[in-house]
Amino acid sequence: MNKKHLFDYIISIADNSLILAQRLGELCGHGPTLETDIAGTNIALDLIGQTRNYYQYAAQIQGEGKTEDDLAFLRLEREYKNVLLVEQPNEHFGYVMGRQFLFDVYHLLFMNELLKSKDETLAAIAKKGIKEVSYHKRFSGDWVKRLGDGTEESNQKMQEAIDELWAYTDELFDQPEADKTMIAEGVAVDTLKFKETYYEEVSTLLKEANLQVPESKYFIRGGKTGVHSEFMGYILSDMQYMQRTYPNMEW
Amino acid sequence: MSKNWPLWEIFVRSKNGLEHRHFGSLHAADAEMALENARDVYTRRSEGVSIWVVESVNITASNPEHNGELFEPAHDKVYRHPTFYELPDEVKHM
Repeated sequence: MNKKHLFDYIISIADNSLILAQRLGELCGHGPTLETDIAGTNIALDLIGQTRNYYQYAAQIQGEGKTEDDLAFLRLEREYKNVLLVEQPNEHFGYVMGRQFLFDVYHLLFMNELLKSKDETLAAIAKKGIKEVSYHKRFSGDWVKRLGDGTEESNQKMQEAIDELWAYTDELFDQPEADKTMIAEGVAVDTLKFKETYYEEVSTLLKEANLQVPESKYFIRGGKTGVHSEFMGYILSDMQYMQRTYPNMEW
Repeated sequence: MSKNWPLWEIFVRSKNGLEHRHFGSLHAADAEMALENARDVYTRRSEGVSIWVVESVNITASNPEHNGELFEPAHDKVYRHPTFYELPDEVKHM
């Protein structure tokens, strides 16, 4: 077993959840209503709970005496392997729900496959998180439907969000080297297995929501290999500020 | 936005066998959203096994101005309270 590849693979799963949680966390206290504010923050907390398990395991695999916090807070931008989708900014509520939905559909399909991983720890983390992720998908999917099938304005805003975010969906299925070796070992999820299902599920809901399924084949990628969008630096400076200013600070 | 959303009363059953109790109220566009919001606001720490939501306008409440006639009977009618029975020691929690 290639330890470096296993480590990279775990990190790439964890980073998706961490950065998405950080984005959702930015909205804590900003509504748009008390109820949706709490819901968004709950989803962020679920995701952070999952990342803790991944980072603890990754730190153990790495065997350099680092902690989950070191991995979450003290890496450089290029060392984060999250997809570009999750780092996109919170333009407006429709955008936040659109981003969440496009990720959640993937996330649930992914977790269902990770359950079957030969790596028992990863399978256990998937088992623990799957109920949470099912709820996230239900929540974000409901909102996409409500906004798409709502007023003229909400439909238009939701459509804009989906059109813009669409370009980041293809990267979800990219398989860098670490993924490939781990798939061969039966540890990693072969995301290509459910790519078609993903687009079917997303398209079905978008149609139900009275939205157009984007036809654009222009896709942006890079996050999975550490090449991020201009937003990532700002996210990290927010997120890492405390650990870098007060090293080893604890809650 | 919440100005336009109706208010809902939330009832949660904490354990099987117990009754649903009023937990609070929140805003939502419809019953389904009220259930989801209630789940997020009130039951994220395993507080419940079942949720009821009722739109607040459907609740008829007593008027506080009538509290006197509704809730304050004269206290000199002792025979209204079963205080003259001798209970055996075996009967607890009465």
